[in-house]
Amino acid sequence: MSLAYDLAIIGAGPAGMSGALEAAGLGLSVAVIDEQAAPGGQIFRAVEAAAADPALTGEYAREGAALARRFRAMPNIDYRPETTLWHIDIESGLLSLRGARGSGTITAERVLLATGAQERPVPIPGWTLPGVMTAGAAQILLKQAGAVPKGRTVLAGQGPLLWLLAVQLARAGAAPALLLETTPGGALRQAIGAGGLWRGRAMLAKGATLMLEARRAGMKVVRGVRSLRAEGEGAVRRLAWDGGSTSCDTLLLHEGVIPSTHITRALGLAHDWDAAQLCWRPSLDEWGASSHPRIAVAGDGGGIGGWQAAVEGGALAALDAAHRAGKLSAAERDRRAAPHRQARDNALALRPFLDRLYAPAPTVLAPADDATIVCRCEEITAGQVRQAARLGATGPNQAKAYLRTGMGPCQGRMCGTTVAALIAETRGISMEEAGALRPRAPYKPITVGELADLPAAEAV
Amino acid sequence: MFVQRPDIRPATVEVLVDGAPVLVPEGASAAAAVLLAGLSAIRETPVTGAPRLPYCMMGVCFDCLAEIDGVANRQSCMVTVRPGMRIRPQHGAREAYRPEDAA
Ligand SMILES: Cc1cc2nc3c(=O)[nH]c(=O)nc-3n(C[C@H](O)[C@@H](O)[C@H](O)COP(=O)(O)OP(=O)(O)OC[C@H]3O[C@@H](n4cnc5c(N)ncnc54)[C@H](O)[C@@H]3O)c2cc1C
Ligand code: FES
Repeated sequence: MSLAYDLAIIGAGPAGMSGALEAAGLGLSVAVIDEQAAPGGQIFRAVEAAAADPALTGEYAREGAALARRFRAMPNIDYRPETTLWHIDIESGLLSLRGARGSGTITAERVLLATGAQERPVPIPGWTLPGVMTAGAAQILLKQAGAVPKGRTVLAGQGPLLWLLAVQLARAGAAPALLLETTPGGALRQAIGAGGLWRGRAMLAKGATLMLEARRAGMKVVRGVRSLRAEGEGAVRRLAWDGGSTSCDTLLLHEGVIPSTHITRALGLAHDWDAAQLCWRPSLDEWGASSHPRIAVAGDGGGIGGWQAAVEGGALAALDAAHRAGKLSAAERDRRAAPHRQARDNALALRPFLDRLYAPAPTVLAPADDATIVCRCEEITAGQVRQAARLGATGPNQAKAYLRTGMGPCQGRMCGTTVAALIAETRGISMEEAGALRPRAPYKPITVGELADLPAAEAV
Repeated sequence: MFVQRPDIRPATVEVLVDGAPVLVPEGASAAAAVLLAGLSAIRETPVTGAPRLPYCMMGVCFDCLAEIDGVANRQSCMVTVRPGMRIRPQHGAREAYRPEDAA
């Protein structure tokens, strides 16, 4: 028999923890499933172990630690760390889990996906070389293991997270030598036109302080970098770009984060192409309810808004879950929602500015150089995808049959959007027309024994 | 190449990376242990044999597939170290279970 819950939350990041606190407070039975060993999500990863690290001060040590403490202290939350959700039977509400303590199932009336974001893949020539990682990967090593890159570290790309990482590494005694910023000249003027600067001024000031601190630590900045490539035999040794080159031991790439839509796409939920953030996002109502009556989405998995918006979104989805479970009238739900909406709007005020300023170049989505690997698993190049598009592949789902893109272990998490963008470019169609890759369960590779748990209709 | 900051996070858990003992902090992942051990590759790709090291460290890219305690194709960035854990790089075409192949 599976344990039954009013609400199952996938993800113990800001959105998931906040949703769990609100829902448990309203008397719902709540399970929280997370792959990580401890609460925190991406931003507050390992906060219980690392809050005292002088490299990780600020909201990590303050708000992050406080949220994790409240989450741990709340009774009536069945928190299951080191547990991966690998299948949802959407009609019955049966969730298949794989954990450090074995696999099993639970059932839930309502499921809140608070699975967060992933970094946008940055397919440049040489990005598969050892020594090339994402900026987030280096941050994870810092948070989880206190580790820092050794030698000459170069950051490349753009966005707030890159500057934050520069400062965190500097505070940890490993200041990067160089930041190759890809933001084109003129982007700032355009971004200012997007507004929100006054309401978002606290966040803006924080960003400016980070930039100053990173430069004071000795990090040089090259602006307007184009056509970046990583070179070396067996590991990255050199970087080159239009008009420059440098030696490098560790290259950390970052072009912003995009919602993790692997599960929402596998469930067949409706999605929209977000033309501002250049990513797919599940179609959601004001409570985070998806196109399926059992499933809600909160936090960065529903569209990039940052951790404060994620906290409020989690609470709103929990209020709606309580209403649907008959624990709150619509009027009471709406009354309680008002402050969360207000706080979320404030947290999102600077978003249009950031989206405009740090919009990735078209070549991030569709690499210009045909020799660039776009599918890391099957080692398929941009040129091969363009060729398949000319031969008749009309979208990423069709490209699979030509090239196996999206059929390797990552199931298209890395290449899905790139393949769609290359096909859209080659065929002169929109991203909507190319469509989103439709993955299948299991969401993560599993053993044959675990597969036996999968309802028969899904296993074919 | 990554290095530890033992004054901040003491390395207390001993694991075996490709047979050699490595001390890493509690809470670190098996992929972190491989990076701290300084291996030049955690796996080679099945298609061209190209060396790879972890890329995302958060379960997205699957470039950290390794053999852990005798089980191949584990996503090592998602596995927390335990004392005595045996982590080995994997070579060649040992494929993970792939849903599309079951179809
Ligand atoms: C690598 C990385 C680092 C970041 N660092 C920062 C930062 O320092 N500062 C900042 O402002 N923003 C950062 N962000 C942005 C981030 O998206 C935050 O805005 C915030 O963490 C979002 O909160 P969330 O609750 O929506 O999701 P997250 O915090 O991402 O939490 C999602 C959780 O879901 C779990 N999960 C996902 N899929 C499954 C599954 N199938 N089964 C079980 N569990 C699952 C994950 O383990 C994770 O803990 C980072 C993003 C990334 C990708
Ligand atoms: S390093 Fe990307 S999945 Fe482990």
